[in-house]
Amino acid sequence: METIPIEHGLILAGILFALGLIGVLTRRNIVFVLMSLEIMLNASGLAFIVAAARWGHAEGQVMFLIILTLAAAEVAVGLGLIIQMFRKYQTVDINVLSEMKG
Amino acid sequence: MLDLIWLLPTFPLLGFLSLVLTSGRLPKPIVAAIGAGSVGLSFALAAMIAMTFLGSGEDYYIVETFTWMSVGSFTPGFSFYLDGLSLVMMLVITGVGFLIHVYATGYMDEDPGYSRFFSYMNLFVAAMLMLVLGDNLVLLYLGWEGVGLCSYLLIGFWYTKPENGYAARKAFVVTRVGDTSMAIGLFLLFAHFGTLNIQDLMHAAEIEWATGTNLPAIAALLLLGGAVGKSAQLPLQTWLPDAMAGPTPISALIHAATMVTAGVYLIARTHVLFELAPDVQILVAWIGLITLLMAGFTAMTQTDIKRILAFSTVSQIGYMFLGLGVGAWSASIFHLMTHAFFKALLFLGSGSVILAMHHEQDIFKMGALRKVLPISFASFMIGSLALTAFPFTSGFFSKDEILLAAIELEGVGFWLWLGGVVGAFFTGIYTFRLMFVVFFGENRGHHCEGEYGGWNMSVPLMILMVLSLVGGFIHIPVEAVFSHGEAHEEHHASLLIEGIMIAVPLIGIGIAYLFYGSKTLSVENLMASSLAKNLHKFWNSGWGMDWLYDRLFVFPFMWLARINAKDIVDQFYGLVVEINRAAHQMIVRSQTGYLRWYALSVATGLVLIITLGVLL
Repeated sequence: METIPIEHGLILAGILFALGLIGVLTRRNIVFVLMSLEIMLNASGLAFIVAAARWGHAEGQVMFLIILTLAAAEVAVGLGLIIQMFRKYQTVDINVLSEMKG
Repeated sequence: MLDLIWLLPTFPLLGFLSLVLTSGRLPKPIVAAIGAGSVGLSFALAAMIAMTFLGSGEDYYIVETFTWMSVGSFTPGFSFYLDGLSLVMMLVITGVGFLIHVYATGYMDEDPGYSRFFSYMNLFVAAMLMLVLGDNLVLLYLGWEGVGLCSYLLIGFWYTKPENGYAARKAFVVTRVGDTSMAIGLFLLFAHFGTLNIQDLMHAAEIEWATGTNLPAIAALLLLGGAVGKSAQLPLQTWLPDAMAGPTPISALIHAATMVTAGVYLIARTHVLFELAPDVQILVAWIGLITLLMAGFTAMTQTDIKRILAFSTVSQIGYMFLGLGVGAWSASIFHLMTHAFFKALLFLGSGSVILAMHHEQDIFKMGALRKVLPISFASFMIGSLALTAFPFTSGFFSKDEILLAAIELEGVGFWLWLGGVVGAFFTGIYTFRLMFVVFFGENRGHHCEGEYGGWNMSVPLMILMVLSLVGGFIHIPVEAVFSHGEAHEEHHASLLIEGIMIAVPLIGIGIAYLFYGSKTLSVENLMASSLAKNLHKFWNSGWGMDWLYDRLFVFPFMWLARINAKDIVDQFYGLVVEINRAAHQMIVRSQTGYLRWYALSVATGLVLIITLGVLL
């Protein structure tokens, strides 16, 4: 079986990370911001997997598992905060949360 | 016995400390016991020391306690130097001081600041003793500034009235002018001789400096600056009349008997230096003469009982300076002592009058008080007689000696003598003008209940009366101090001169009687012409000295303060603050509060750092 070159996997991870970052920066709906964050996390997870496969190490996969649980926990906390925000402001527009400006 | 001399300033200092540390929580009898008792202890000790010292027949005695500071070869210590001069000063300060303290226990009875008053008084006595007993000029300067501080605190004792605070500041600033000059004098002496021990200094000056050269003249002039400031002589005399804002015992103790004579003491102590500078010495005499005449004129026009006495003090210290200037050192010190007696008596007497009149000080609102206030009347009578040099009172002997020494001086001596005699004539007029207006004539309607206070106010008055009467027969043991250069003791005055000196004050008294006693002559007629009115106004304002100084120094300074209200130096530091604030405003703009902005900053930063890491 022909192996996929490591560069391809890393480029894919990079593209995913950039897409996620662009989503975080441009989206106004906080739910989409959270989803973009998930994409970024998965991009980094993909990079770990690719690297682990390339050198045949198990640590990369372990790291991906940690990232997975981290993402799950983060989503739980994040969604909870979003609900609180919605209760308080009746909106999910992230620009509303700019009270901490200088 | 003599080694216990360090206890003299220590007693009042302990009194000061205990009163200050309890900050007015002690009951009045205890405060009075500490305040007057500590000075009383000092006086008892001073008397015993004086007897031992005179019995020992020594010329001087030095007690060294400990070194104050040690900077290279400069090691002034708390060392005390006892000789005839400091002995006389120490007895006057503790003796008269004790009587005034006892009097003040009655005078200040109803004052809420009772304890504060006695703490300052005790500190003053301690500082004054330090001044006269110190064997080096640094210790003298410590006492000098200490008494200045106490004078300031006590003039402004009733600090709730703004005028009193103003008078206190004026006294402090004006004397500070003199003190600065004196400090420069000390630097000069130290730079040349490497010591400030007075006796070493005088010996060294005698050997190294020739008479009439520049250096001793400059040094003497600088010290004279300090002396005229402290002793309220021309041109720094303007603070003393205003200093009467303080309580009357203060005027008696500080501004008549002791502190203002510190300048006389300083010149007498450093008389060797002044003998090396004859020009400066004769300047001292002229300063004294002009001051005593100017103050005499002003005293005749004043209406406030204490201001009359204040100008009379300025005038009498003028006599002491005149004596110093003609080389009659011991006569000046003698006059200092008798003046301390009779002027303290007059001030304490005026204090009794003021209390009995419910703090009325205008003499033309008093009258016919001799029956109502017999003790005050007696003290004023005796004090006034001594002040006008009535024959055989204490002031007669001392003033006589000064004037006889003046006339024996070659050259200008006669003119100095004549000026002094004219001054004595004015003394007679203004003193008995006060007497006749206050104690004789008709009652001017002001209510007066009679003598105020108990034995603690009358006994000091009586003791001072006795001293003012017989003080002239006391022999002060200062020959050894002024052994060389002293104008010789035996005066060969002709009967004519002696007669003039006795008659002139009596003529003054007579004129005062004609104007204010029998009213044969009328002041109104005298004042009718506009020239007389203007002269009266001019003299009343103290020869316009306050007016002049306001325009020369006070107003320009205030003007400078006004245009520089924002302070040029401060503006530089204000600029630093402004730059910081502007930078802050710029950075604040980056804190938008938008999450995406922060995320972008983090991402951009990361990219930059990684790029840098890859490239380099």
